[in-house]
Amino acid sequence: MQAAAPAAAAPTTTFGTPDPVAIGFFAVFICVTLAITWWAARRTQTAEHFYAAGRAVTAGQNGFALAGDYMSAASFLGIAGLVSTSGFDGLIYSTGWLVGWPVVLFLIAEPLRNLGRYTFADVVAARLDPVPVRISAAYGTLATIAFYLIAQMVGAGSLIRLLFGIPYESAVMIVGAAMMAYVLFGGMLATTWVQIVKAVLLLGGAALLALLVLSRFGFDPRALFAAAAAQQGAGVLAPGKLVSNPLDAISLGLALMFGTAGLPHILMRFYTVPDAVAARKSVFIATGLIGLFYLMTFILGFGAMVLVGPTAIKSIDAGGNMAAPMLAELLGGRPFLGFIAAVAFATILAVVAGLALSGAAAISHDLWSSVVRKGHPKPGEELKVARLATIGLALVAIALGVAFKGQNVAFMVGLAFAIAASANFPALVLSVFWRRTSTAGAAASMVVGTTATLALIALSPAVQVDLLHQSSAIFPLKNPALVTIPLSFLTGILVSLLAPDANGDARYTALEQRLLLGED
Amino acid sequence: MTPAPAPPPVASSSPRQAALLATRAVAAQRWRIAALLTLGMVLVYFGFIALVAFQPARLGALVSDGLSVGIVLGACVIVSAWVLTWTYVSWANRVYDPALAALKSNHGSAGSAATEPTS
Repeated sequence: MQAAAPAAAAPTTTFGTPDPVAIGFFAVFICVTLAITWWAARRTQTAEHFYAAGRAVTAGQNGFALAGDYMSAASFLGIAGLVSTSGFDGLIYSTGWLVGWPVVLFLIAEPLRNLGRYTFADVVAARLDPVPVRISAAYGTLATIAFYLIAQMVGAGSLIRLLFGIPYESAVMIVGAAMMAYVLFGGMLATTWVQIVKAVLLLGGAALLALLVLSRFGFDPRALFAAAAAQQGAGVLAPGKLVSNPLDAISLGLALMFGTAGLPHILMRFYTVPDAVAARKSVFIATGLIGLFYLMTFILGFGAMVLVGPTAIKSIDAGGNMAAPMLAELLGGRPFLGFIAAVAFATILAVVAGLALSGAAAISHDLWSSVVRKGHPKPGEELKVARLATIGLALVAIALGVAFKGQNVAFMVGLAFAIAASANFPALVLSVFWRRTSTAGAAASMVVGTTATLALIALSPAVQVDLLHQSSAIFPLKNPALVTIPLSFLTGILVSLLAPDANGDARYTALEQRLLLGED
Repeated sequence: MTPAPAPPPVASSSPRQAALLATRAVAAQRWRIAALLTLGMVLVYFGFIALVAFQPARLGALVSDGLSVGIVLGACVIVSAWVLTWTYVSWANRVYDPALAALKSNHGSAGSAATEPTS
């Protein structure tokens, strides 16, 4: 993405120049969140505090934090941009990003809270042999997080260069350093509050922007849509070219729907609340907030289309990512642009912090304590390893962000969801709901799910054609979930039947009451 | 939706066995609701995607000025996600939580756990 020089089509814009208002807002956000981190650091003395905020987060707080963890800059800027340049087609994504949440509620949230302590692997390993399960789960978790992190870091670098005029590498380092500070010192408590602050800012900013748009159309969305149709043609209200291949749309839909229920940083949030009832309430609140947010993207996208215009939007960023900030500048001037830009930056920071924390938990809790120390770490050791892992992950995230500079990594978020849906979700569902799931079955399903997803994405048009510029790809689908989710389930079921655990039935029976009632 | 089973009237040799059977009955009921609602969400969303893929012209038709069928259905997908989560939460509050509370007190009296029954 080369930034175009401010085009004649948008003479009033100040994109790409260092903006004191935006930097001021962002500095305030950094100061507030670092103050929260300082406060949280004094309350983060044990592993339980570091990973799970002492399990004292309320359902309402966790609902906001879940929404904050989930609403990434990709969905705020990306979907608004997609709607503003292609109309109705963008709405397919708005809906897709929400439908995973009911699945989280129905199948995952409560059993997860009842069976686990810090990571989703706790649940899979609850009645199986820990070592193979933990290694496979860490493989799936770290693969998911790596791709999610690359997408966020590269997005951060490019966005911040456009919004604040800061060089790409400095932006990536600022994000990495701030994320490391939150997680390293404040653990889950600081991360949770960073998510809450960000969720409130993002929802408030989007709502204000949507109201300003609607005020131009007599507060009637129909007038806005009608203006879009009059200006850009009736086609913007109907399905267009985006879903030319139905299998592609279904495959991406499957990844979004079942991937949400396998995202390690989302699943980890359920351990921060006191019990399963609070976990249930928090998903209910999160679903309400996230749905509201995606409904507002309808208004923001069409508002940017009518008021800013697709040509002007594409002249700043070919992908349309600047639609919402440009709309903010048009409606509220430079101060509002500064605010929205700061919100976008805060959004990336919060998501990256959540990812780093869940990655650190996979390394320290799953790999170090359960595999290396066979479940008996020395006192205080796990927390030290988690903090070292956080530093390591921050450095890796910065390195990846710099390494992938200038690449189109938008497909990597879809890939992260595909891995989560094909590696983590089947193993979770099988181990919770199917008595005959065996150690070998769960481990095989996670390893095959992750590996097959990685292999198929490498052979897909997203990598072969878009990234490597080959003329065609061996595997036809852009997102492999349509193949890899059934493959992972099938692997888990077949291997469980072929290689059952010796006393598997008794171990599941021993767990049945805890599955419903929790530990106490 | 049937009301939650009270601790079942199974004439069991061991109270522990009875507690296990009661737990399984509640678990099976929750699984049925969860599977049904998940299926509902799958049908709504992939139904929408199928319409987008195979009936694009129909989705482009206007309900009123500016409002196409597609936009209405897109908003309906979001609203149905809300309705389904609300359905589950309200079922859980009315039926599931009382059933769990009954199981807990049952476990306490069955003496299968060393801990005191807590609310």
